[in-house]
Amino acid sequence: MLTTVLSVMSRSLLTRAGDALLDERRQLTLDELRELASLTDDEVPALAALAHQVRLAWCGPEVEVEGILSAKTGGCPEDCHFCSQSAKFDSPVKATPFLDAQEILAAAEETKALGASEFCIVLAVRGPNALVMEQLERIAPLVQERTGLNVAVSAGILTENQAARLAAVGVHRYNHNLETARSFFPQVVTTHTWDERAATCELVRRHGMELCCGVLLGMGESDEQRIELIGQLREVEPAEVPINFLNPRPGTPFADLALVAPLQAIRWIALFRLGLPSVILRYAGGREVTLRELQSLGMTAGINALIVGNYLTTLGRTPDADLQMLEDLKMPIGVLSKVL
Amino acid sequence: MPYCVGCGQETDACDGTCRRALDPPRFCPTCGRRMTVLVTPTRSEPRCRDHGAYLDPAR
Repeated sequence: MLTTVLSVMSRSLLTRAGDALLDERRQLTLDELRELASLTDDEVPALAALAHQVRLAWCGPEVEVEGILSAKTGGCPEDCHFCSQSAKFDSPVKATPFLDAQEILAAAEETKALGASEFCIVLAVRGPNALVMEQLERIAPLVQERTGLNVAVSAGILTENQAARLAAVGVHRYNHNLETARSFFPQVVTTHTWDERAATCELVRRHGMELCCGVLLGMGESDEQRIELIGQLREVEPAEVPINFLNPRPGTPFADLALVAPLQAIRWIALFRLGLPSVILRYAGGREVTLRELQSLGMTAGINALIVGNYLTTLGRTPDADLQMLEDLKMPIGVLSKVL
Repeated sequence: MPYCVGCGQETDACDGTCRRALDPPRFCPTCGRRMTVLVTPTRSEPRCRDHGAYLDPAR
């Protein structure tokens, strides 16, 4: 139960953070974020309220809606310990080859009908091979032309040439998650390095695509490592940061980890907004099982975008439920770009 | 149904807790083999190589 009145010290912390972000329009230091991270559970709603004000001041009231599609599922050679699509784990997910163009177009049209502005084509690969590149170069412009949606792609680690080619065919945003702090990454993935991920993030921006660089919270990282991650996200300068919460998948090394507690999830949504005031902060995987009845509270804690409908291998709540939530909150659906 | 769609075990051997909320069916209820599952923003379509499409009564 949330019952305690804010302490004088906590009020002072929140006031100083609000002054910095709303009046001085400066980013908080990581030390300031550390102090805010130490607020009690009782004080999380006040933290969330500040994060909502910061989101409105830096990004406006619009919410960006996106649909995603796993266009090539499973069989991935990487060992990301949270992922049911790794070929290294005995997961219930059966590998399937690259979907054909008609199936991808049909999913994009579904997405468009939901009022979304963005559609992300996701592939479970280390990086795209020559055949995958040819397919992406054919499909991305086709989806954009037929539906008018901005097309995003998530296909792993890129080379310079591949980044240039995807940008040339109009890929609007490229997703490549850091997932976690550099110091914790070896506990999560051993088949590639955090630095390889950061290098692809840099390539994406250098070639003029917007960078979508997400996080996955709840893998055993410490609060300090979450603050570290916010600092590292600042360095790769994403336009968008999807916030995923671990939904432990059967057969993976992280299958038995606990869910993030709902109020903790709200706390960290707020802290990511306060640490990254101008980004598109998107609700992504795991929110339904983590937040349960607190999903609308996340929308007033700094979130200004969401993935609608199903995810890659798991289902989401119905699109109608999300669209109703936005209507009830009087949050208009819109197209967002990073405000610098 | 002889096999659990959540874990692929014979239904007598599964207590039904294997399938988590918001997980689509993954195993064919007829033969227990893994199914391919197309998941789009608004649909999920499990399909067994031998027994075809499976309509999930839970959705």
